[in-house]
Amino acid sequence: MATTTSPPASPPTLPRLGLRGAIRWVWRQLTSMRVALMLLMLLAVVAVPGSILPQRPQDAAAVARYLADNPDWGPLLDRLGFFDVYGSVWFSAVYLLLFVSLVGCILPRIGAHARAWRARPPRAPRRFDRFEVHETLSTEAGTDEVLAAAHRALRGGRRFRVEPGEEPGGARTLSAERGYFRETGNIVFHLALVGLLISVATGQLLHYRGQVLVVEGRGFANTPSAYDTFDAGSGVDTASLVPFTVELNSFTASFDSAGRPTFFEAAVSVTEPDQATRDTTIRVNRPLDAGGAKIYLAGNGYAPQLTVRDSDGNVAFEGPVPFLPQDASYRSRGVVKVPDVTSGDQIGLVGYLLPTAVITEDSAYSAYPQPGNPVLVLQVWRGDLGLDSGVPQNVYQLDTAGMAQVSDADGTPVTVVVPLGEEVELPGGLGTLSFDGLPRYVALDMRYDPSLGWVLAFALTALVGLAVSLFTPRRRVWLRVASDGERRTVEAAALARADDGGLAGEVERVLDAVRELGPWSQPDPDAAPTAAHDSEDVDEPR
Amino acid sequence: MNLGELSTIVVWGATTAYAIAFGAFAADLARRAEVASTKRVRHTTPVLAGALVSGGEASADVAEADADLDGLENDAADGPADPEAADDAPDGPDVADELPEYRPGKALGIAMSLTTLGLGLQLAGIVLRGLAAERIPWANLYEFLVVGTFVAVLTFRILCLRRDVRFLGAGVLGFSVVALGLGLTAFYMPAQGVEPALQSYWLVIHVTIAVIATGVFTVAVSASVLQLLKDAWEQGSPRLAHPRFRLLGQLPSVRSLEALAFRLNAVGFVLWTFTVMAGAVWAEHAWSRFWGWDPKEVWSFIVWVVYAAYLHARTTRGWSARAVAWFSIAGFAVLIFNLTGVNMLLGGKHTYSGISRSQG
Repeated sequence: MATTTSPPASPPTLPRLGLRGAIRWVWRQLTSMRVALMLLMLLAVVAVPGSILPQRPQDAAAVARYLADNPDWGPLLDRLGFFDVYGSVWFSAVYLLLFVSLVGCILPRIGAHARAWRARPPRAPRRFDRFEVHETLSTEAGTDEVLAAAHRALRGGRRFRVEPGEEPGGARTLSAERGYFRETGNIVFHLALVGLLISVATGQLLHYRGQVLVVEGRGFANTPSAYDTFDAGSGVDTASLVPFTVELNSFTASFDSAGRPTFFEAAVSVTEPDQATRDTTIRVNRPLDAGGAKIYLAGNGYAPQLTVRDSDGNVAFEGPVPFLPQDASYRSRGVVKVPDVTSGDQIGLVGYLLPTAVITEDSAYSAYPQPGNPVLVLQVWRGDLGLDSGVPQNVYQLDTAGMAQVSDADGTPVTVVVPLGEEVELPGGLGTLSFDGLPRYVALDMRYDPSLGWVLAFALTALVGLAVSLFTPRRRVWLRVASDGERRTVEAAALARADDGGLAGEVERVLDAVRELGPWSQPDPDAAPTAAHDSEDVDEPR
Repeated sequence: MNLGELSTIVVWGATTAYAIAFGAFAADLARRAEVASTKRVRHTTPVLAGALVSGGEASADVAEADADLDGLENDAADGPADPEAADDAPDGPDVADELPEYRPGKALGIAMSLTTLGLGLQLAGIVLRGLAAERIPWANLYEFLVVGTFVAVLTFRILCLRRDVRFLGAGVLGFSVVALGLGLTAFYMPAQGVEPALQSYWLVIHVTIAVIATGVFTVAVSASVLQLLKDAWEQGSPRLAHPRFRLLGQLPSVRSLEALAFRLNAVGFVLWTFTVMAGAVWAEHAWSRFWGWDPKEVWSFIVWVVYAAYLHARTTRGWSARAVAWFSIAGFAVLIFNLTGVNMLLGGKHTYSGISRSQG
């Protein structure tokens, strides 16, 4: 660091840092409080864009929309990592540097703290009247008595570490110190943050999660292929997941009169390996534990039970089709793909389920989320669904590239309206569609993360460490007893952090113990003002 | 009239009481200024005056005893390493001697009585709201503002029992009146139940602590603002030359204000840390992940980082108490944005305020 302060006029005399020197210089800078502070502020700044721009891990569709809406600078932002801020190089760099700085700052402090822990309180300073908090009194009690009383007052309850001393002039002293845990708490807090980071990173490596949509009466097994989406950390052997199964027996949803949800509950049967099947429930704030994983209720909706007969009268499709809710009244959108017709075109149906349908001349909407009057409103497509091309398709979207919409004679698209329990003819002689039932489905999130316990433990340790480091007062108290014939002059002084409001009280407490020993008197206030009282004015203005 | 409407009326009553109390606190401040300007000539170098008395040869011994404490704390002792503060001049006693006796007048008594009355009304309003909605009454922004200001005023009131910080009244009450007024007009929601995602005892834990932390931070930032004002006034800032600013001389020393702000911010920081952690635990229960960088989570994190920077700045040599106070103010600004702006502008999963942009 000397290089930065050397006069620029004498560059030849600069000591060469060398590689080792340069590394040491960088390390010193990095572990300085000033750089740590800069990194903290930088961390706050770089976290902001992730809350403003859509983020791929949270909402990939929103990112795609944003890129489509901003074709000019969207791709640039994308390249710079702005759509995955918290996984980006620059965000990671800031917090990793911060943690390096933290470790570099904390490690030397552990050694220093260990030495301080073993050290004795420092000897009494020569003059007490220079301290903001100091007081003098004169007593008839004996020196040993006074020291013993003060010692007891310092040790008892407050746990001061006390060191007696004797000065060349014959005066006896006590040096006392408390609040060692302040630094302990500080170190524990910072180390716990490191532990927190490591356990979160371990969790990233060892976690796996899957999403699955389950219709009432059906279930799934805990294998990657059973999930609609599945992702796992690189440390997971996906072949060795605990093979539990979950079956959805029923799903209950309640809403208030305004249609706001009040209660969701999925009744499930869980079968874990080597265990009997058990019936239990999953609610929004009450996930299910199975095979070390947790299963959360993430969403719900309706899956109309449909039967499609083709033009030959054969059953071409039969089963529940999940429709995705679009609004609070569960107007739900869905797609029915019927590839297995015995002859003719494949059939695609696209449209809405209205749980409590209100259909007028020009509009159709759902008035309430419960199935008061379930109606399907569908449009019909015919042609090639494109399922044989080998390209994976979104089950909630119809690929209309090889299809044509069925229209009536004057060219307007035909809309098929099917109330629950009814069967209608499909236009264009495609066959029939019957709406046989309306089971509900649930969207379940399965998550396995072995690091959760560690994350919680380190977080709690950090919290405790933080509280201890901020609320433990660090104080030093000194006492000097000088014998003057019949009387003893007792001087006390104390030192603490500038924001410690209880320091004067601490000295008072010790001197009160001395006063109880016998007759005492305060020296003439003009000769030696009792600063302890004045200093209270600092904190307690009138 | 049902319980919910009664609650709203009572909260209006509390707001009115606070508004009058605010006026009385302001009148009291004006009176302090008057006392200060008639009885005392503004001393130009108060800090120096203190430094002269206890500085000089004396500081050597203190510094010797202090150095060790400093070393143990590793840059963490004795607050901001301000050149002025470094002298450790006990400006308190000397300045206090110069100050004229200030006897609180009727205004201050009225203000304190109305504050207490307002607290009672507000508590009643909160309880009625809880009964009306049949749940914990702090689940949307209106309720958060009502309970948050309650905690802020209560913190102030409790501080008043332990030390005379009544000069903070105008700041805390003024802020509370504005927040309550906004809550009652712009963010008002009738009392009703909560959706399944909020049906958890973590609502009680997470949001309660968040409200308390916000209240504590509010009082702390009031002290920081006064600290900056008084500091500027003592430096002879031309913008504070008007005689009315002499009331700043009646306030505790800059150091005391700084220490008060720090102690409150420290409490607030621990509470906020707990808020974020409790939120993570709840998110783990409700959303299947403990941390997902939802906008509210991002901004709660930023609040935490800014207050962490405040605590570090305070113990870093070379940072003046003034600069540190700006951190306290920045932290509070971010906190308020997290409370309001995030819901109104950024959306996300915390859209329970009733004012989210995604509704409707």
